Amino acid sequence: MATATTELDLNDPRRRPPLVTGDQDLHSITETVSKIAERPKPPRAWYVAFAIASSLTLMFFSLIGYLVYKGTGIWGNNNPVFWAWPIVNFVFWVGIGHAGTLISAILFLFRQNWRTSINRFAEAMTIFAVICAAIFPGIHVGRVWLAYWLFPLPSTDLAMWPNFRSPLLWDVFAVSTYATVSLLFWYMGMIPDLATFRDRATSKIRKMLYGLFSLGWTGSARHWARYETAYMLLAALAAPLVLSVHTIVSFDFAVSQLPGWHTTIFPPYFVAGAVFSGFAMVVTLMVPARAFFGLKDLVTMRHLENMNKIILATGSMVGYAYAMEFFIAWYSGNAYEQFAFINRAFGPYAWAYWTMVSCNMIAPQFFWFRKVRTTPWMMVVICIFVNIGMWFERFVITITSLSRDFLPSSWGYYSPTAIDVLMLLGSFGLFFTLFLLFCRYLPMVAMAEVKAYLPDSQPHGDDHH
Amino acid sequence: MATVVEPLPKQQPKTQPVAGWLVQFADAQQLLDAAGKTNAAGLKDLDAFSPYPIHGLDLAVGMPRTKLPWLVLCGGLSGLTIAILLQWWTNAVDYPFLISGKPLFSLPANIPVAFELTILLSAFAAFFGMLIFNGLPKLRNPLFKQPVFRRVTDDAFFLYIPRQSGCDTPQQLTKLLEATEAHGVHEVLEDEPAGPLPRPLKYALIILATIATIPPLMILQARNERSEQPRVHFVPNMDYQPQAKPQNASPFFADGRAARPQVEGTVAWGDLEEDDAYYRGIRPASEQPVPARPASFAGGAANEKASDESAAGSAASDEVAPAVPPQKQPEPAANPMEPPEPDWVTQFPVPVTTELMERGRQRYNIYCAVCHGLSGDGDGLVARRAIELQQSTWVPPTSLHSPPVREQPVGKLFNTVTHGIRKMPGYASQITTEDRWAIVMYVRALQRSRNAKVDDVPENLVPQLRDLP
Repeated sequence: MATATTELDLNDPRRRPPLVTGDQDLHSITETVSKIAERPKPPRAWYVAFAIASSLTLMFFSLIGYLVYKGTGIWGNNNPVFWAWPIVNFVFWVGIGHAGTLISAILFLFRQNWRTSINRFAEAMTIFAVICAAIFPGIHVGRVWLAYWLFPLPSTDLAMWPNFRSPLLWDVFAVSTYATVSLLFWYMGMIPDLATFRDRATSKIRKMLYGLFSLGWTGSARHWARYETAYMLLAALAAPLVLSVHTIVSFDFAVSQLPGWHTTIFPPYFVAGAVFSGFAMVVTLMVPARAFFGLKDLVTMRHLENMNKIILATGSMVGYAYAMEFFIAWYSGNAYEQFAFINRAFGPYAWAYWTMVSCNMIAPQFFWFRKVRTTPWMMVVICIFVNIGMWFERFVITITSLSRDFLPSSWGYYSPTAIDVLMLLGSFGLFFTLFLLFCRYLPMVAMAEVKAYLPDSQPHGDDHH
Repeated sequence: MATVVEPLPKQQPKTQPVAGWLVQFADAQQLLDAAGKTNAAGLKDLDAFSPYPIHGLDLAVGMPRTKLPWLVLCGGLSGLTIAILLQWWTNAVDYPFLISGKPLFSLPANIPVAFELTILLSAFAAFFGMLIFNGLPKLRNPLFKQPVFRRVTDDAFFLYIPRQSGCDTPQQLTKLLEATEAHGVHEVLEDEPAGPLPRPLKYALIILATIATIPPLMILQARNERSEQPRVHFVPNMDYQPQAKPQNASPFFADGRAARPQVEGTVAWGDLEEDDAYYRGIRPASEQPVPARPASFAGGAANEKASDESAAGSAASDEVAPAVPPQKQPEPAANPMEPPEPDWVTQFPVPVTTELMERGRQRYNIYCAVCHGLSGDGDGLVARRAIELQQSTWVPPTSLHSPPVREQPVGKLFNTVTHGIRKMPGYASQITTEDRWAIVMYVRALQRSRNAKVDDVPENLVPQLRDLP
């Protein structure tokens, strides 16, 4: 039977706090989640946020149009820094896109049932972040209309195949596979909940659209059995995939011979950083969203605290990686490598380096305190710092190494143009536009999964376990 | 718990036969128990419906283990195979990529793409396999007609007993459910056969299908017909550039011309052509070069000396020597009105060799023989045809064996080949400087062949000469 849950239970270390609070039953979960999307009019704040985000999106696409018309000269990219903000933004967004699939796949395989309340939300965030990420290398190729040359397609105007031994091509495969599998995973998980929306729909258009996208789901035991098998398999496939994506992104750098890039620590360091930034983004968005949409009983403090613990763990890994990079630069005895790191910390980009260090190494350490881990505004502040820090990490890696390589005669100082800045802002606009539409029209919490983990949901005393 | 079958609440009269019964239960435990009992009673094709997956329910309704994992394995293996074959064929066979001498096909570099494609196709197999095995999408389902079924995605639990399962009448059903905790039984009617498409939808589909055929038809037409038009460039890339072109006006410069004249005193790369004898066929001058040369070039000491120098410069020419025609100083112009002749070189500024002579013959036969004839008599095919057609404006080519031509110094012949004379155009743009000298050399040989003495023939060939008819 559902036990009475109080805040006292949450704080009792001897027992595991329940996944959801507030005496929930099946119907109340359906109600809580569905009514968010069923309100005829969302609150005014949604409109304000959507107006800002969609204007930024519009600006983003106008700037992309201008870029296509005018060429990449509108950016600050120039000799010797040809990989500038577009690539920094790409790696930043791809990194953010790691939390969703990590929560969905890896925590699922580890039977971390607390993930059920937040996985849908995090997966949606993944998809939107990967969309933002994919735009940047796409427009960075210069002649956007030839971007299909990235894929191994036979074409008469190129008359050759891509080089399969290049990490940049691996990246094309990694990111597109990741986007596709994340989308499948997200959509598949949503089918039963879309069916709930369909069955509750009152207007004809909602009935039709939710009906179409729920594919005629009935909740049949036979369907559920295959569905669960497929979900488990997808999780098992997505788990190595999520680790591979940022590994391959790091190969873009590590396989080249530039000092500061050519290091073997990059793959694990990038993956830890990606999880770090992804979770920070989930917390940043989740805290206001759960307050705003009345999901506090489904997304409890336990969820947030668990995520903050992961941020603390991955943040410490990232900090360790920074230290280890320095150690290896010294230990290798390689003058170029040593210079690259001294230049990072004390060169012309020292301001960016120390921003990165203070945001990524110092800020998450506050999560050692339980008070910080469980106070919403404090965690949001720290997570925003983490996101800033992770953007600067990619900036430091990309720009400092490129701007000062082997030949002092070719050194330069990179500065972005206004369009660079506006495009980064625009990508945030796109991300939030998609996110707000998701909150408005789709099930934000995986209802069927949460229901399955309610106490008493599963039959007891049978021999099927 | 005995229950009564509740018929479908009627909006329309019942026209369809009963397909089966939905039996409602309060929770997962009751549903699971009932499913197990019903299945044990030997009923086939049972199904159960719940808002979330219930462990063991699939076994309780008698469902065999799904084959989906095998399908996913096949998907993964095909992804792996495709990736390896794709990388091997594109990079090692069809378009070999030579990069730093690395092997064309090496497995380590192919692992990332192979890994990604394995995952991708496995994921497709898992997702689409699940849908196909489940028979989804299936938007039309008799169950959806039963209003109570809407709660299945919220909080309701149902056992579905189809009529074909071996339980044909409500009486049998009631008996069957006595042992369970059923809360209610609802009839499900068979689906009405699908009606015809609504008319507007039908027309819309027809119009859409018609429009969809236009692009393939246009491609088909384009592939089967010739066009004089240049190829369509959807994206002009760098075909049109905002650059200044010759003969265009430009407001940027004071004189309004886009093309800029050379800055005074500059020489374009390769255009210096300092060697007068070689490039212009005149003796290197201490004073003014061609053509404003004073009339008296009867051969001052300076000129003679320059000539000697140029001859000495080409050492071979003295040894092979004989190409020089009988020395004759150019005469002062007979007509005082004519401009004075420049000081033409009389020695070849290039070494006279058999190879160059052969080259001259070849070039002569290509460029000159069409008018001047293969032997230089002025009877080339073009000349003969022009005379045949009685072309009034035709100026017959001079015979190269006529005395005035024979007496010309090689420099003048070279000048004629370079710049042309009368109707003959200059050939500087078509024939390189060296080749023009080779042609002059061959012309000299042709001229010599008409005026040779027996002494000119090598001793051992003289008897053969006498045997000629």
